Amino acid sequence: MLTTHALMLAILLFGLGLVGLLSRRNILYMLLSLEIMLNAASLAFIAGGARWGQVDGEVMFLFILTLAAAEVSVALGIVLQLSYRFHTLDADAFSEMKG
Amino acid sequence: MLKLLWLIPVLPLAGFLVLALCGGRLSRRQVAWVGCGSVGTAAVTTALVSVDFFQGFPDRAFYQQTLWNWIDTSGMTVGVSWYLDALSLLMVAVITGIGFLIHLYSVEYLSGDDGYSRFFAYMNLFVAAMLTLVLADNLLLLYLGWEGVGLCSYLLIGFWYREPEYGTAAQKAFIVTRIGDTAFAIGLFILFTQLHSLSIQQVQTLAAEAWPIGSTRAVIVAALLLIGAVGKSAQLPLQVWLPDAMAGPTPVSALIHAATMVTAGVYLIARMHQLVALAPLVQETVAVIGLLTLLLAACSALVQRDIKRVLAYSTMSQIGYMFLALGVGAWSAALFHFLTHSCFKALLFLAAGSVIHSLHHEQDIFRMGGLRRQLPVTFWTFLIGAAAMSGVPLITAGFYSKDWILWSVWSSPLSHHWIWFGALLGTLLTGLYSFRLVIRVFFGEAHTLASGEPGFAMRVPLVVLALFALTIGFLEVPHTLGHLSLFSPYLSHVLPTLEIRAGIDESSETLEQIAVTCSALLGIGLAAVLFLPRFNFIERCADMPAGHALATWWQNGWGFDRLYDRLIVRPWLHLTRDSGEILDHGSKLLVIGAESCHAWLSHTQTGHVRWYAATVAVGTLVLLGLFAL
Amino acid sequence: MVLWFLILIPMLAAPLAWIGQQWSRHVARWIAIGALATDLCLALLLWSQDHSGQVSGHGSWLFESHTSWIPLWGISLHLGLDGLSLVLILLTAFLGLIAIVASWTEIQSRVGFFHCNVLLALGGVIGVFLAIDLFLFFFFWEVMLVPMYLLIAVWGHANRRYASFKFFLFTQAGSLVLFVSIITVAFLHQQATGRPSFDYADLMRLTLSKEMAWWLMLAFFIGFVVKLPAPPFHTWLPDTYTEAPTGASIILAGLLAKTGAYGLLRFTVPLFPEVMSEFAPIAMGLGAIGILYGAVLACSQTDLKRLVAYSSLSHMGFILLGAFAGTELALQGVVMQLVAHGLSTGALFMLAGALYERFQTTDMRQMGGLWGVIPRGASMALFFACASLGLPGLANFIGEFLVLFGSYSAQPMVTILASIGMVMAAVYSLGMMQHTSFGPQRETRLAPDLSNVVFGALLLMAALQVLLGLYPRPVLTTTRPVMETLVQPAVPSSHLTHPPSDQMPSANLFTSHVSSP
Repeated sequence: MLTTHALMLAILLFGLGLVGLLSRRNILYMLLSLEIMLNAASLAFIAGGARWGQVDGEVMFLFILTLAAAEVSVALGIVLQLSYRFHTLDADAFSEMKG
Repeated sequence: MLKLLWLIPVLPLAGFLVLALCGGRLSRRQVAWVGCGSVGTAAVTTALVSVDFFQGFPDRAFYQQTLWNWIDTSGMTVGVSWYLDALSLLMVAVITGIGFLIHLYSVEYLSGDDGYSRFFAYMNLFVAAMLTLVLADNLLLLYLGWEGVGLCSYLLIGFWYREPEYGTAAQKAFIVTRIGDTAFAIGLFILFTQLHSLSIQQVQTLAAEAWPIGSTRAVIVAALLLIGAVGKSAQLPLQVWLPDAMAGPTPVSALIHAATMVTAGVYLIARMHQLVALAPLVQETVAVIGLLTLLLAACSALVQRDIKRVLAYSTMSQIGYMFLALGVGAWSAALFHFLTHSCFKALLFLAAGSVIHSLHHEQDIFRMGGLRRQLPVTFWTFLIGAAAMSGVPLITAGFYSKDWILWSVWSSPLSHHWIWFGALLGTLLTGLYSFRLVIRVFFGEAHTLASGEPGFAMRVPLVVLALFALTIGFLEVPHTLGHLSLFSPYLSHVLPTLEIRAGIDESSETLEQIAVTCSALLGIGLAAVLFLPRFNFIERCADMPAGHALATWWQNGWGFDRLYDRLIVRPWLHLTRDSGEILDHGSKLLVIGAESCHAWLSHTQTGHVRWYAATVAVGTLVLLGLFAL
Repeated sequence: MVLWFLILIPMLAAPLAWIGQQWSRHVARWIAIGALATDLCLALLLWSQDHSGQVSGHGSWLFESHTSWIPLWGISLHLGLDGLSLVLILLTAFLGLIAIVASWTEIQSRVGFFHCNVLLALGGVIGVFLAIDLFLFFFFWEVMLVPMYLLIAVWGHANRRYASFKFFLFTQAGSLVLFVSIITVAFLHQQATGRPSFDYADLMRLTLSKEMAWWLMLAFFIGFVVKLPAPPFHTWLPDTYTEAPTGASIILAGLLAKTGAYGLLRFTVPLFPEVMSEFAPIAMGLGAIGILYGAVLACSQTDLKRLVAYSSLSHMGFILLGAFAGTELALQGVVMQLVAHGLSTGALFMLAGALYERFQTTDMRQMGGLWGVIPRGASMALFFACASLGLPGLANFIGEFLVLFGSYSAQPMVTILASIGMVMAAVYSLGMMQHTSFGPQRETRLAPDLSNVVFGALLLMAALQVLLGLYPRPVLTTTRPVMETLVQPAVPSSHLTHPPSDQMPSANLFTSHVSSP
């Protein structure tokens, strides 16, 4: 029962993050949404780990945590550079790489 | 002394190597010494070897020497080995002897040329290749010499490389003969596949055992070899290269395109006579080709303006006689004519060279004339050569060889009388064109002033060859005239002697000889009538439209060049005019396809991060849905 | 172990050459020369130890080195040297040296990186000739590709981008086909015996169903023929050979083409005896078409390098013809042709490069009368033109004639068709001489004649041509045992040494796990 609720919450959070990612134009908000999605995934892992009584879920959570930290540090660096070059944080403005 | 045999081809080869590798650093004198010396020593070695050979002759009919195994793998064993018998010794003697004289002649003839050492290098290489050809014990080695002489012929025709026409002539010579060579090579493939050997002697023994007379295989192989021989010897239908080959320096024409290389075809057929005898159809073809070539070439020789082209056509015609003799089974007669022809044709070319030399490279006989007082030595030697070619009876060598051939044609079981009449017409034409040349060049009024007789190095070969052209015929005097027979017993150890057809009376030989003599003398007489300026009959003939058209037709060698141009050269040029290729369009189509796909797919690449995220999400959902299903 | 040295010496010298550039350009060149010379000496040493007559071929090698690599998939570091690979490795080291000499003055930018790439490519080529584990073989097959691409793309002539892409895509597509079929063969082995194996000796013993063998043979054939090349997979060749720098052209024509031929001889022919008799006429016909098609196109070229490239295509046709003739004589001819073509085409590319350095063009319409300008170069061109048209007494003649002699008994009509190529070879070779060396002198300015080093290298190649043309025994006896076993693949010698329990496994992809009857 607990697992089901936890997974529901994880799906809800993930959907929320995805909607945020797709609807927001500000790149900082997009990063925030991304963090929410990562956390939703970790929650699912934790729930799974608790359900099967195995430590793997928590290990994965730690991995994701590290990954999120690394990702944010790199992403913030890029955001800084972008705002420095383009003087905006609008993600749609950075469309130099279209085919 | 027989052991020295290997030296004979190696000496000129060494001369070539010396000249090719350090010819630039040698003085002209040294070049001449190396060039002539190598061939001269080869001639001396030949003399030594032949002395030894004759001591054991005829008990030991051949001598074989293997230097090393050339190819020895997977059932094919081919050695670099020499085979000396009566036939090859004759060839070797002619090649080294006449070769030496011509080298000597060239020392002076080319003294003013830039490519002095190059010339002697090529000439030495030629002699080496030609000796390999005639001494080869197996067909593959023979093929090596065969292609080698072709290469040298190419290089020497195009010796003055700055003239593009000379280059074209050289290429033409090589490519036309190469067509024959390819047929020859295919013949070798068949022989090897069927008989598992390439040794000349072994192959013929095996063939005689394996194939009955007239069997398809024998006919095919013999025909392929014949095509090779026809190409090399400038017979119909591959004769077109020889007149153009006169672009080379005159000593080259004398050595390669008269005395030695062009007779390689005759040698090949004589060498393979057992095989050819297995295919009577082919042998008959040989006779017909010979007859046709000798008549057509004689007509062409009648109307040429260029002194060397006249001689070129006369060479074709004389080789036609040799082919005719081979075709009727008179093997020894063909070789005898080869011997006398080498002497008198080399003489004619060298004398013509002397004329050209003293007239500063004038070759048009209509601009010559009256040279007999200015160039007496040249005149007399040329006259002897022309007389020998026309077969002036009793005193010239040409008479004895040609008479032998005609008698064989008359009496051979393989021949027909109409062939004999054709050949008789040929002797008339020979006299006609030979003396047309003599009269045009040496009689009448002078058009160009000559710079005087050539020097010592050019005169010696002329005189020596003139002596040969007079005397060498006495090796074989027909028995109606005294019966001195040295040549036919000598060759009878290699080549079968001709049997007289049943029903031919031996006494008819005298009558036949009289006919030949009359025909030759008639030709000479006609030449005097037609071409001496005071009669001036022929000019009037040529002025008529029909006569003019005929003369032009003959002058262009019966239009063979035109025919081949239309049939082969133009389609070929059409085929190769475009340097692009069709198959490349296939890969270009691929490129176009890839590019259009790329243009289509690149619309999805918008540059908006959110669009990418959305597509990733949708893609994941679709995949999940697929898995769930 | 000594076999690994052969591969590792050039591979390890490659980064050294790159680093060495810091001090001087010549350091890079000398490192490359040193590495290849060591390789050459090593190979010669192996050759001198080779007692001819010793049986070699499938499963029994003159030298062998076996180390396990990924046992789970049956992959091992398995190298083997027999007569065929020995001859080709000697050729590789020799032509590698020639390529470096030819680029001595031509390459002036990024010298270190150039030699690094050359050494890597050559290391890959040697690896290809030695590897008898198919996975390892494919590894080396790919290793030689990338440096080759860089050589063309960085140091090539004007149209190098196009040429290098085309080269890469064609060969990569061929590699893909090859890779898929290698995996399939290994998979089939697993089905038949229960364990996958990429090992040559194991795969030799695999019996395939006829249909499967047909498809696999086709795939192996295409994979190698793209590299050879033969029509219709050859269209990368003229562009690539023409645009590549001289050294790379020599390696491409002299060595990379040989890896294709080697693959045909080592894998395509012996692995699928089931369908050989059906497939051979097709391959031989393709060979004859290649000879004629290449020759016709060579005749229509006006660019010297393109002419040589197409003549090379024509010569490769003889290899295809001989490889599938199924007679020992033809196979021996193929080996001779491999060596001879490497020497003659390498020399012609070297000459074309020398002309380009002097006149900044390889367009023959702008040349003429070079005999008077650079006599050394023109005389060498004449020599190698003769070699290329198959003049007897030179090595090409031995190759072509043995192939033709051997093929005649198998396919007379195809062989006759191929013989016509001899006439065409004369047309294009002599045409090349006429356009470049003879005729009136077009270039009025004087150019220096060939340098002593280049001339010496060409003379060396000419001497080898004559030597092998008059005395081909050293090559022929070395490869003869291999070719003998190729002709009778029915009883592999290794099979006899195995106990009878190791029965001939059979495999079929569609009916899995069929045990042998």
